[in-house]
Amino acid sequence: MALMNFLKPKNQLEEGGRTSAPVLRDTGEPEQNCPNCHKDIPLSRLLANHMVCPCGHHFRMKARQRILMITDRSSFREMYASVKADNPLDFPGYTEKVETIRTASSENEAVVCGTAAIDGRKCAIFAMEASFMMGSMGSAVGEKITSLFEYAAEYRLPVIGFTVSGGARMQEGLLSLMQMAKTSAAVKRHSDAGLLYVAVLTDPTTGGVTASFAMEADIILAEPGATVGFAGARVIEQTTKSALPDGFQKSEFVLAHGFIDSIVPRSGQRNCLSEILKMHEGGQSDE
Amino acid sequence: MSDPAYKRVRLARDKDRPTGLDYIRHIFDGFMELHGDRRYGDDPAIVGGIARLGELPVTVIAIEKGHTAKERTFRNFGAPNPEGYRKALRLMKQAEKFGRPVICFIDTSGAYCGIGAEERGQGQAIAENLMEMSALRVPVISVLIGEGGSGGALALAVADRVWMLQNAVYSVISPEGCASILWKDAAKAEKAAESLRLTAEDAQRFGIIERILPEKDLGRPEFYAAIRTLLSEEINELNHDPERTEHRYERFRRIGVSAVTKESL
Repeated sequence: MALMNFLKPKNQLEEGGRTSAPVLRDTGEPEQNCPNCHKDIPLSRLLANHMVCPCGHHFRMKARQRILMITDRSSFREMYASVKADNPLDFPGYTEKVETIRTASSENEAVVCGTAAIDGRKCAIFAMEASFMMGSMGSAVGEKITSLFEYAAEYRLPVIGFTVSGGARMQEGLLSLMQMAKTSAAVKRHSDAGLLYVAVLTDPTTGGVTASFAMEADIILAEPGATVGFAGARVIEQTTKSALPDGFQKSEFVLAHGFIDSIVPRSGQRNCLSEILKMHEGGQSDE
Repeated sequence: MSDPAYKRVRLARDKDRPTGLDYIRHIFDGFMELHGDRRYGDDPAIVGGIARLGELPVTVIAIEKGHTAKERTFRNFGAPNPEGYRKALRLMKQAEKFGRPVICFIDTSGAYCGIGAEERGQGQAIAENLMEMSALRVPVISVLIGEGGSGGALALAVADRVWMLQNAVYSVISPEGCASILWKDAAKAEKAAESLRLTAEDAQRFGIIERILPEKDLGRPEFYAAIRTLLSEEINELNHDPERTEHRYERFRRIGVSAVTKESL
């Protein structure tokens, strides 16, 4: 949540990820430098490989790209697309900031929701959008996620959710904080109805989203190398005045400490999610 | 014209304010502390146990900052670790089993930001509290007595009624943190405090709390007696509401709804 944002990991939340923007090379083709293997990779090659470098590094991915990658062709039906945050606190500069980001990202808010099918099995799905204020959760994100879980509970659908977030959106103050409680209550009702929720944590999943619906799934998967944590690494360094262990808050570290079920590379996610849905089909019938 | 918001922040952090244990000692009788999360350890930043409110057995949970330097160090300055939240949840589940109301006193700058706290799942511990408190079948009242620091405070505040002391603050982020991120200048904390709408009056206006408790007699016997009476009355009312858990869901469900626009398609 925002507290953890106090000082953020370098080049992650604030500067739009660990990756630099694509650079146009002499050949005329845009290339992207990989922060892991340090090679310049043609953007077309990355796009064809779901934004995964040949070395295995997972670049960030747009919410809509993810949904297309995971779901059956033409099965996605978007919901709550028009939900947008106002500026309830009259927070200085917020209205302008959001308008600029809306134009640049072509999204109304930091999460895309709807229903879709994976190998013919229907589910409710959400994917958060890193390019929209680093997936921060304000009233609109909270309202959309809550509505999706309520819809899924009513129509007895499993929920699959991809998280990426810097935490609660501070420009909406307490209203953002309360979305953590609101979404958690909706997850609880969906869960108590005997329904499945699978979360896939992507880079970065932090703060108020980690401390609410990201960590409340029945099965929690994560992408390789994703930052997953509550407090920001730099604020922890400053608070504790000690060096952070190697790989601190990486998904492999979080797995080793028992807080996620499995790390699944992008190439295997569709099959993995399909298998999980298949094994929970019984859980979707009314008792 | 009310005080500037940052003055409230200073008052909320004042070392001389009553702490969680002061409220427990003066409002309840026969407090028996129950330690440990039954998972890993016992967090001194959160105190919990059973006590009597008048004649009524209740479960009481409080974030404790301590008064003296030694106490404050022992209490980790009221910054809980995951074990604290897990102990709180254990005691709330116990309260549910025995039909006892739960009363929480909250005073924290936030959940502790530490290596061990991350390793032991600070985010998961808070998330689980939010989820489980939302459906707890017994009445829950939470009182913010000083600082209400973000998720670390909310993890004890998914309640039927949330009250704030007149000079308590409740915020998604500290004003210093907000200023540092947005304006790269922690010195702009006063502006941030104003912008974040973190006072009790703001929280009430946004429908996030039900009641503001005056501080005229702060720390005096009549101050605690007034809170004792209010708690008893409120619990009595909540006990007569069979739809209590549903109403708690709706209480949080409607927050933020009017802060979004849904264009007709």
